[in-house]
Amino acid sequence: MESPGIIIAFWVLAAVTVGGCLMVLVARNLLHALVFLVLAFLGMAGLFVTLSADFIAVAQILIYAGSIAVLMVFAIMLTPLAARDNANSLYLLPALAAGLGIAGLVSVVAVITPWSELKGDALGQSDPVTTVSAIGDLLLGRYVLPFEVASILLFFALLGAIVLVHERRGPREGS
Amino acid sequence: MLGLSVTLAHYLVVSALIFGIGTVIALSKRNAVAVLMGVELMLNAVNLTLIAFSRFSSAFGQNGQPLSGHVFVVFVLTVAAAEAAVALAMAVLVYRQRETVDLDRINLLRG
Repeated sequence: MESPGIIIAFWVLAAVTVGGCLMVLVARNLLHALVFLVLAFLGMAGLFVTLSADFIAVAQILIYAGSIAVLMVFAIMLTPLAARDNANSLYLLPALAAGLGIAGLVSVVAVITPWSELKGDALGQSDPVTTVSAIGDLLLGRYVLPFEVASILLFFALLGAIVLVHERRGPREGS
Repeated sequence: MLGLSVTLAHYLVVSALIFGIGTVIALSKRNAVAVLMGVELMLNAVNLTLIAFSRFSSAFGQNGQPLSGHVFVVFVLTVAAAEAAVALAMAVLVYRQRETVDLDRINLLRG
């Protein structure tokens, strides 16, 4: 973590990610906000790479920047008459207060806490060459029960989404 | 404290900023899809926290399970994908019934 490339990459990626999040907040058009959301997801994937979490970075790009962004595009396109502007509601000021409060509190606690963290050479030695095989071992070993529960959750989410948007063409439906 | 090298606190501060912005978006936006964007940003910030702790913390490394944080992030990704699919299906369904996805105009239960 001491090499200058990692430090520069961290600052650039952090700026891109936080800037993308801010643009999601202030963009007037909902589709523009979605584009900045994808930018923030990609910046976050870069931050995962600087933390040497290669599998998580690839999964982030595939799931967040890929499928969830496409799902949101479909949801925006399937609601054509709804307002496309990214307007704020009456609760902007309380929301700003809550967000600033949470961010400030967590930041102060994170900075003043003396974490027992790895530094320098110990950090480099703890790096695995690749995380994929270790994650696979953990998923099918120690965490096999949550893994199966997650698969059941995904199946029922898929089923629920299909049932929800399925158009029933029957005599009991008026429209 | 925030010196030249990148430490755990740097990542935690970035994560806190993203979580705060996500909170503001989720609480203040009018469109249901925009609210979902805020929720996804909050989940992403928590993912960054988990990965940063998994990388930097010496407590996890000594137990021989240094990648448990990564496994947690895999589960968070799964739940986020399921949640996005169901929430967007609900948005489309509400739009069919009410011709709007504005959260302050979906007030069927108001007495």
